[in-house]
Amino acid sequence: MGKVSIFIMGKRYNVPEGSTIITALEYAGFQLKRGCGCREGFCGACSTVYRLPGDYKLRTGLACGTVVEKDMQLVQIPFVPAEKVIYDISKLTPSVDVFQKLYPEVFRCLSCNTCTKACPQNIEVMDYIQAIIKGDIEKAADISFDCIMCGLCAMRCPAEIVQYQVGLLARRLYGKYLSPKGEFIKTRVKEIEDHKYDKELSELSSMSKDEVSKRYYARDLDFKIT
Amino acid sequence: MYPDYMQESLKLVERTRADRLKIAKSGEKVFKPMTEKERGEVLSKFHPDYKEDARREVRVGPNKGDKITTEVADLLESHSRIDSSLFDLANPAYETDVLIIGGGGAGCEAALFARNEGANVIISTKLRLGDSNSMMSQGGMQASVNPHDSPIIHYLDAMGGGHFDNKPDLVRALVTDAPMIVTWLEELGVMWDKGADGHYVTKAGGGTSRRRMLSARDYTGATIMRVLMDEVKSYPDDIKVMEFAPCVELIMDDKGQVAGGVLYDLDTEEYSLVKSKTTIITTGGFGRLHIKGFPTTNHYGATADGIVIAYRAGAKLLYMDSVQYHPTGAVYPEQILGFLVTEEVRGLGAQPVNKVGELFVFPLEPRDIEAAAFIRECLERDKGIKTHTGRVGVWLDSPIIDMLHGDGTIKRNLPAMVRQFSRFGIDITCEPMLIYPTLHYQNGGIEINERCETNLSNLYVAGEASGGVHGRNRLMGNSVLDYNVFGRRAGINAGQRSKQVKLGKLTLNHINRYEAELKNAGIKTDRISPILLPDYTPKEVKDRQLTAHYEGTLR
Ligand SMILES: Cc1cc2nc3c(=O)[nH]c(=O)nc-3n(C[C@H](O)[C@H](O)[C@H](O)COP(=O)(O)OP(=O)(O)OC[C@H]3O[C@@H](n4cnc5c(N)ncnc54)[C@H](O)[C@@H]3O)c2cc1C
Ligand code: SF4
Ligand code: SF4
Ligand code: FES
Repeated sequence: MGKVSIFIMGKRYNVPEGSTIITALEYAGFQLKRGCGCREGFCGACSTVYRLPGDYKLRTGLACGTVVEKDMQLVQIPFVPAEKVIYDISKLTPSVDVFQKLYPEVFRCLSCNTCTKACPQNIEVMDYIQAIIKGDIEKAADISFDCIMCGLCAMRCPAEIVQYQVGLLARRLYGKYLSPKGEFIKTRVKEIEDHKYDKELSELSSMSKDEVSKRYYARDLDFKIT
Repeated sequence: MYPDYMQESLKLVERTRADRLKIAKSGEKVFKPMTEKERGEVLSKFHPDYKEDARREVRVGPNKGDKITTEVADLLESHSRIDSSLFDLANPAYETDVLIIGGGGAGCEAALFARNEGANVIISTKLRLGDSNSMMSQGGMQASVNPHDSPIIHYLDAMGGGHFDNKPDLVRALVTDAPMIVTWLEELGVMWDKGADGHYVTKAGGGTSRRRMLSARDYTGATIMRVLMDEVKSYPDDIKVMEFAPCVELIMDDKGQVAGGVLYDLDTEEYSLVKSKTTIITTGGFGRLHIKGFPTTNHYGATADGIVIAYRAGAKLLYMDSVQYHPTGAVYPEQILGFLVTEEVRGLGAQPVNKVGELFVFPLEPRDIEAAAFIRECLERDKGIKTHTGRVGVWLDSPIIDMLHGDGTIKRNLPAMVRQFSRFGIDITCEPMLIYPTLHYQNGGIEINERCETNLSNLYVAGEASGGVHGRNRLMGNSVLDYNVFGRRAGINAGQRSKQVKLGKLTLNHINRYEAELKNAGIKTDRISPILLPDYTPKEVKDRQLTAHYEGTLR
């Protein structure tokens, strides 16, 4: 396989072409302790900033999902200092006031869109912050859904907003208070509390493997009814 | 875009698509599910667990004489990281009611419920809180939330998936707690997928006979985990989180009870002692052992640490001979090798087809069967697609999903999948994915009962580190459920019990005893465990790492 040279924190290394930044770091001999979690784009541990030759732009990416490029200069940002505001979700009301109280800096957003440009998940970060300012928690929850809390937006925000915490609060408020509530789940939970299935489960638990196997292969598959 | 040498095969997939779509639309099964006999055959011939060298006898410890997965046996037959004589056991750095080892889903759940019981909690975790397999689950969580379904049918499905080896009391706990867990999570703010009437969206999964898979788009695990972590961090006075501080051994007392753990600071390489009335192991799975050389879907810290330290202390293991290979791991492009292609893709109707575009297996067989069928298609029947790096796989025809359910379904339901492949130039809404089985789940683990107790006093286990819930094969959606159900139970029971525990004098003698056992069994090795992190340093670099004496570093 061909090699490309890259600069890891300013030092040159030759690494295999086509590798992701994480595998390139490991190839170079770094044993990662920080800056590496799921390795598949779900945990936000591997935030990285880099520049490419001849390009003024400071780029951002996930080390586990970004392929190295020739003469790229990179450094990982494995930690973003930010305070989590403490709240009791059961005592909040799902309205814009909550954000005014807990995350007042949200309302200082300059609409510069820097956060959106920084987001490795291509989330319209500014739009969810703006949705909150307008009191639309559902929209903020929806747009921010795929946020992996990598912190890159917060690192770049001139208004010093910690977007990912704000998005999480919006999603929790929506999930708990605003999402439509179904009826049947209550019935099912009640059935179980009332021991409706206990007798049959006791029978099943005391059956021999052969007997359970017979019941299993005799059961019907039914995917159409919901 | 796939390379030229795959184009011919891709054309064949497109050519057969219309016919396959027709069968799918008719509501018929697209391929005949296997009978019990056929299942047995394909497993014994093609599942990696059944290979000659997949298992070997472990020569020490509570399961001495049992055949278990070779790589796990190697870990168990290793030395401790520590010299027990160097520790001042009379002066532990921390004391707490409940020590939780592992800050993934089961660990966070346990912490919240132990706190509810009035217990003080310390969570020791290897990486950041939440860096875990729990963060990664995409597909969903099973719970019988539909009227035509029930805990009874859920029970049968789980037992069948596990080939009836599951411990009945554990399965019973799993299926009866499930609907309550759904509501509990929702009350904390988990955004489940729902219809306009609030009814949960449910999908079918491999081995389920009903639609029972709840989801939060394809970020189910992340959605739940972020809420749980946010909750855990809301009680800093009661729950102390210690990150980058994995536990490397348990501490016992002179009455033979478990009494805490030895933590190792990954940054500063210091050790510290935590004395605790009860201890819960929630360290998750072992994907990073790369069993039989398979790539894995698991997070960076999935190295079976909990199994190792519990075993040294005398805890019994169950079904450590069984490994779950997920049928659909990515094969191409190489950068995402082994990454999970969530089962939801098949749940939504995607079909596995071979290089000539034919169906060859019912898409939703239990995982071990489905995986074995893929391996058979590639190795015995030579109907796989080869890549330039010498790998082989079958197609998973995803574009058919939009044709079945309408344009936009893939984008809406599988954003993580679309993103994963598009980072490398493949558009799964119009091109299939190339897949092959990947190492996914630790079916066995430390044996527990339905209260999460082990054979050692004051030691509890929950989640993927435990064994028995899923027999030798877990069904999709039952392990997210597992860590919630048993994480909760472990928290409640360990929290309550911590009020009654009287600890004796602390000791690390069990490590010396274990060391003596290794010696008596004639085992000579320089292996050290738990390994904490996998080692991906290439050989050529290692050959130049020639420091004569390392003091305390990972290498
Ligand atoms: C990619 C992927 C997709 C999945 N999809 C699904 C799905 O759709 N549905 C489903 O039901 N299941 C799914 N699973 C399985 C499921 O997510 C896991 O089995 C489950 O989350 C395990 O939870 P846990 O809390 O037991 O372990 P984990 O969540 O893995 O947590 C273990 C924690 O312990 C820590 N730890 C490890 N060793 C130590 C140590 N020595 N000291 C301290 N801490 C330690 C780890 O760092 C980690 O934080 C999936 C798994 C993966 C990998
Ligand atoms: S919104 Fe911010 S924290 Fe979330 S993924 Fe995007 S950049 Fe990362
Ligand atoms: S970077 Fe900050 S100020 Fe700019 S749009 Fe985003 S949230 Fe607003
Ligand atoms: S390591 Fe988890 S997002 Fe990259």
